[in-house]
Amino acid sequence: MTQVENGHPDRVPGRDGRRRRRRAEQLMVPDAEFTSYYGRPVIKEPAWGASDIAGYLFLGGLAGASSVLAAGAQVSGYEELARVAKVAALGAISVSAVALVHDLGRPERFVNMLRVFKPSSPMSVGSWLLAAYGPMAGAAAVSDVTRILPAAGTAATLGAGLLGSGVATYTAALICDTAVPGWHEGHREMPYLFASSASCAAAGLGLLTVAPAAARPARTLATLAVPAELVAKRLLLRRLGDVAEPYETGRPGRLLRAAEVLTVGGLAGAVLGRRNRAVSALAGASLLAASALTRFGVFEAGMASARDPKYTIVPQRRRRDRRE
Amino acid sequence: MSPDLTSTDPAGRAGYLQHPPRMGFFTDTSICIGCKACEVACKEWNAVPEDGLALTGMSYDNTVGLGASTWRHVAFIEQPVTAAADGAEGVRWLMASDVCKHCTESACLDVCPTGALFRTEFGTVVVQDDVCNGCGYCVGACPFGVIARREEDGQAHKCTLCYDRLGAGMEPACAKACPTDSIQFGPLDELRERAALRVADLRAAGQEGAQLYLDDPDDGIGGGGAFFLLLDEPEVYGLPPDPVVTTRDLPSTWKHVGLAAAGLIATGIALGLGRRSR
Repeated sequence: MTQVENGHPDRVPGRDGRRRRRRAEQLMVPDAEFTSYYGRPVIKEPAWGASDIAGYLFLGGLAGASSVLAAGAQVSGYEELARVAKVAALGAISVSAVALVHDLGRPERFVNMLRVFKPSSPMSVGSWLLAAYGPMAGAAAVSDVTRILPAAGTAATLGAGLLGSGVATYTAALICDTAVPGWHEGHREMPYLFASSASCAAAGLGLLTVAPAAARPARTLATLAVPAELVAKRLLLRRLGDVAEPYETGRPGRLLRAAEVLTVGGLAGAVLGRRNRAVSALAGASLLAASALTRFGVFEAGMASARDPKYTIVPQRRRRDRRE
Repeated sequence: MSPDLTSTDPAGRAGYLQHPPRMGFFTDTSICIGCKACEVACKEWNAVPEDGLALTGMSYDNTVGLGASTWRHVAFIEQPVTAAADGAEGVRWLMASDVCKHCTESACLDVCPTGALFRTEFGTVVVQDDVCNGCGYCVGACPFGVIARREEDGQAHKCTLCYDRLGAGMEPACAKACPTDSIQFGPLDELRERAALRVADLRAAGQEGAQLYLDDPDDGIGGGGAFFLLLDEPEVYGLPPDPVVTTRDLPSTWKHVGLAAAGLIATGIALGLGRRSR
């Protein structure tokens, strides 16, 4: 009677050989040989478009953190910055809503999102959050620009600031609550990365559009957010271990490296150029662009981790072997 | 009487106070002959549209994998083996019919924001076509890559374990069509008992790689409503070796989201305290 050469599949030579030889050369960790079904992915890539969903991660973050900035700026007396941030929040969340509906397979059924409330679904929680936040951000911006109902406008500004903190961070749960290894395994760190990246975007927009003397809260926000983002990203990559590879290689790797240069450069420009309108604005644009690149980088790294079966199989195999 | 939320019975947990026993599939791949009758019967009965007619060139498997329009998929694995006695080289074929696992802890169902995915009285998981808005969340949430969005209608589709046939007291089309009884349908408890005997027989006969997959209610998905007898490790068949329902980490994720949001609010308050000097 015939027998399989070896009980341990990872060391059987020739099984799915083409795939394994090629993979083995690419692997940074030599012992992580693995078997797959003709190199096919185990999980499906999320059915989300990059421009819609990565764009939403950026714009939703920009909106939420802008509302936080607007509330802070309004209370501390930076009216011009507050107004700009409120208008930015309304604009960004409006475009976000369009992108989210556009990404649906059946856009005309978008209202089904409010058919149930499910804490087990970050998308359900997010839909209800947006349904509350959107009108609040709208009221804050419209009241500020038109100077109608200023007291209600202030209340809406503070309310949008509170809800905005959720809008800027829940998206981390949205992507991490999937089987995508590059996102899921980072579920502890992603919310901090998203909060700080969103803050960079909001600070950047403030610095870009408001004279430096009138944009101090934006500068302070950048000073807090940039180091936080750098630390959160380091912690995320450390947690991911082998699955950090898609974040460091290929297109997502390039996006994230560019983002880091722009983030650090943006902070330096914001602090050093605090008396120069042009430098300050350039720093703001740089922070804004950095946040967009970070979100697209994280999005694409996750997609890459879903496409390659090794990121699904190797960590699971290791976990199973440890247990047995 | 309120539903017993600690029970491993998913229909009871979903709120069905009186329901039929949990029904499922036991796919014994050791007797699969790769005829693909299950694939055809599924398509015929459920009117699932064409899913591509290309040849892969990798094996006899031109179906490739489960998807929106592929609810049964027969995998073909060509494996080099050595005869124990004389060391002669040879090949063995592994064939396995894959299907939705109808997980006890089901990620697609958990993350669905519209309630389109629901738990049936048989403990299975089904998409309601008139509710799904094609958000695609279930697609990335499934640890097995089962459910997908169909290009033609923009909605998510997957195996229903022939919900319509079950309601009429019939077995699912794939199990009905299977000529070797590789696909067995029945109450999950009975299937698990039968599978334990079968794997013990195979191991006693020298099939050392024989193992049950997703039969254990304590695994990462609480056990599958569809489970398998495999002759090699799960990843050889394109299955994840240690799947875990993604929502198991959701409480921890929400905690960190809450802390990050609190950090943002604290930052906003700090910005508000830095009063402007005039």
